[in-house]
Amino acid sequence: MTEIVKYGAAILIILGALLSLITTIGIIRLPDTYTRSHAASKSATLGIMFILTGALLFFWAEKGYISARLVLGIVFVFITSPVAGHLISRAAYYTNVPLWEKTVQDDLKMKKEASSVQTVETKQKMPQHS
Amino acid sequence: MKVNDLILQTVTKVVAFIILIFSIYLFWTGHYTPGGGFVGGLMASSALVLMLLAFDVKTIKNVIPFDYKMIIATGLFIAVATGLGSFVFDVPFLTHTFGHPHLPGLGEVSLATASLFDLGVYLVVVGVTMTIIQTIGESE
Repeated sequence: MTEIVKYGAAILIILGALLSLITTIGIIRLPDTYTRSHAASKSATLGIMFILTGALLFFWAEKGYISARLVLGIVFVFITSPVAGHLISRAAYYTNVPLWEKTVQDDLKMKKEASSVQTVETKQKMPQHS
Repeated sequence: MKVNDLILQTVTKVVAFIILIFSIYLFWTGHYTPGGGFVGGLMASSALVLMLLAFDVKTIKNVIPFDYKMIIATGLFIAVATGLGSFVFDVPFLTHTFGHPHLPGLGEVSLATASLFDLGVYLVVVGVTMTIIQTIGESE
C-alpha cells in the first residue's frame, strides 16, 4: 500500500514538472501577452498543484502525517493564480498592448465602442429631456 | 466602459482570511517549528496590504479602525513588560519560563512566556509595515 502511494506521488510529481516545462515552452513560443498569460496561468497552476499533491501523498505514505500547510497551499494556488493571470491580462488590455496580428475577434473592443456610442447618445439626449 | 475590480475584490475577501489564519498559525508554531512573530507579523500585514490593493485606503480605514502607531507602542510595551516581569520573581531581566498546564478542552499544552515576547514582536512588525505602506500610499 505504502509503495503504491509512493509511486502515485512520484507519477504526480513528474507530471507536475512536465506541465511546468510545457508552461515555459508556451511562454517562450506563444506570440502575444494574452496567449502567454493563457499558458502561464493554466498549466503552471495545474503543474504546481500536481507537485504539491505529490509531496502531500509522499509525506503521508513515508512519515504518516498530512501536512495542513500543503493542503492550504494547493487551495491557495488554485484560487489566486488564475486571478493573477486575469489581472495581468486586463492591465495589458487597458494599457493598449496589441493583440496578435492574426486575431479575428475582439469582443471587448466591440463592447467598448458600443458603450461609448451609448454614452455619446445619452449626452446628446440630456438637453432634450431637461 | 466602466472598469470594475469585482474578481479581485471577491477573491480578496476569501484569500485575506486564509492569509490571516496562516499568519496566526505561523505565530503559534514558532516555538517548535519554523515561524514566529516576525514572519507571522509580515504575513498578517501582507493580508492587510492585499485588502488595500483591492479596495481603497478609506474603506480599509473604516473596516479596520486601528492606529498602527499605537500598535507599535503596544507591541513594544508588551515586549518590555515580559522582560520586566522577571524582576517580580527575583531573576535577571528577560528570563523566560515555561510549563505544561492542563487546559480544559485542549488537554496538556506547552505554554512559554517567550510567546508573550513574540506577541510584542508580531504587533511591532504589523505596525511598522502598515505605517510605512500607508504613509507612502497616502503621500501625493
